[in-house]
Amino acid sequence: MSTPIVVDGISKRFGTFEAVRDVTFTAPAGAITALLGPSGSGKSTVLRMIAGLEEPNGGTIFMGDEELTVKSVQERQVGFVFQHYALFRHMSVADNVAFGLRVRKESKQTRDQRVGELLDLVQLTPFAERYPDQLSGGQRQRVALARALAPQPQVLLLDEPFGALDAKVRQDLRRWLDELHRELGVTSLLVTHDQEEALELANQIVVMHEGKVEQVGSPGEIYDEPATPFVAGFVGAANVLHGEVVDGHVHLGSIRIPGAAHLDEGAAAAAFVRPHDVVVNGNGGGTDAVIERVSSLGWLSRVALRLPGGETLVAHIPNDDLHGATEGSTVRVDLRNPKAFMAPERDGSTLAS
Amino acid sequence: MSVAVGTQVAKARRGRRGLIALTLGWVALLLLLPLVAIVWTVAKAGLSSVTHTLTQPDVLHAFQLTAIVTVITVLVTGVFGVIVAWVLVRQRFHGRSLLNAIVDIPFALSPVTVGLAAVVLFGPGGWFAPFFQARGIQVIYALPAMILVTIFICIPFTIREIVPVLEEIGLDEEDASRTLGASVWHTFFKVTLPNIRWALAYGIALTTARAIGEIGAVLIVSGLIQGKTETATLFIFRAYEERQTAEAYVVALVLAGVSVGLLIVIESLRHRQEKERTRT
Repeated sequence: MSTPIVVDGISKRFGTFEAVRDVTFTAPAGAITALLGPSGSGKSTVLRMIAGLEEPNGGTIFMGDEELTVKSVQERQVGFVFQHYALFRHMSVADNVAFGLRVRKESKQTRDQRVGELLDLVQLTPFAERYPDQLSGGQRQRVALARALAPQPQVLLLDEPFGALDAKVRQDLRRWLDELHRELGVTSLLVTHDQEEALELANQIVVMHEGKVEQVGSPGEIYDEPATPFVAGFVGAANVLHGEVVDGHVHLGSIRIPGAAHLDEGAAAAAFVRPHDVVVNGNGGGTDAVIERVSSLGWLSRVALRLPGGETLVAHIPNDDLHGATEGSTVRVDLRNPKAFMAPERDGSTLAS
Repeated sequence: MSVAVGTQVAKARRGRRGLIALTLGWVALLLLLPLVAIVWTVAKAGLSSVTHTLTQPDVLHAFQLTAIVTVITVLVTGVFGVIVAWVLVRQRFHGRSLLNAIVDIPFALSPVTVGLAAVVLFGPGGWFAPFFQARGIQVIYALPAMILVTIFICIPFTIREIVPVLEEIGLDEEDASRTLGASVWHTFFKVTLPNIRWALAYGIALTTARAIGEIGAVLIVSGLIQGKTETATLFIFRAYEERQTAEAYVVALVLAGVSVGLLIVIESLRHRQEKERTRT
């Protein structure tokens, strides 16, 4: 019952602004694909083009063998969940869920049965006769999901579905959506700017930036093997160290960071290092660093370090591994798994949090 | 020191009370006194003058004419008001802000000017006069022109009520409806219209009040033919001129009664609309 979605070279302009530029990816059948990017990266526009709410200026979209781009919104039969719920405010919860079934002229019996099932699924059966304004944000979004699922769409499109909810509810709903998806197995596309959400929920992530696809891959690939400096900086926290490529290493003064063999000799380069890949008191080819500040994150500490060249570095270090080093002490620091890229423009030296 | 603060507070309170009293006095004097005067005059003339007036064929005809003009005006401005408001909010096109400004012209023009413009268009020697004359349709000095000018004057009310509500509701619900397979018409009748219904009702109530009370434009295009093109307001105008003051006051009282009734309807509609708006 589930179908893949193939997006092939779609573009969208709003006036002179190019919101989406030649975007291509495949959302595998039955999986959750996350479109991840900062606001204004064009991810919502891609989703709205798949739904038919926006018309692309170029490119095609397929759902299985069917070309979607020639069909109207109504014919596409996709389930769409909006950030601000978009519930019909003058209809009860049950009527909201039944809307898509009414449009299809399903019999009252079928409708009642299906609405009953769905309200059960989203755990809102006791709220069937309530109105949207009598529900909490999390409940409303569950109604919106039930409404989108009612006509049994082939794909489910979720546009920042948890964006308007507070942190705790967001976490709960995320887990709940994960379970629901395992149960239903409907091909889903999730637009989000929250990397944690994408990493936790998605089987595949499409990272977007300024209307273009930066990288498509599994959460592991995106996190461990970022293909571009943007992905390295946007997904997960990272320290960015600028230097020069010498002999396959990025040199910053006395420090040599490996992993730049693919870059041109003598070029300006940026090395990305995750805070948890900064190891204190490591053995081998480390470098000296002064601890500027230590703040507790519970079982680990966030340690701000200053390198001999003046660069700052943020490290996440298990408390035990600090061995009592405090602010002001000099420690030996090793940088693991650095990712080196040709330097983008030199803006701020640290993106880590 | 606390004593000083105490007198300050007392002073401020006295000042506030003074302002409230002033406002109430102002409202009573300017808004209620005329109503009281009309009621008083009619009461003084007695019940017989009321029954006498309200059984006169001219008076009945005048009320009937006002009702016809009002109903048609409400229907036309209601339907077109919804369409124009929807286009203004939902469509992006060149000249949109111009249209937005044009819609308010009837608010800015004096009704007398509107009436004169209608004479230029439809009156003897007017631009469209030959067209209608050839077809034997009497526009000016007849019901069609009276309805036309009233519609013109009432155009902005519904539009101005609906536009902000449509803007506030946004596109999401309509988009949701379409992704669920609903046609544009289904979406309009089942999603958009229920969301703007109180705004529409409020607009209709305002239009009704305005259409009933209109005199300036209608005065010019009606030709003042007694018993033929005389609406209730025109009847009052003529009766007063002819010193039939009792009749004038009775009809005025009826119109005032309708207006007050409408005012109550409008207020209750506004409450419902505000209640609806707090739902999101």
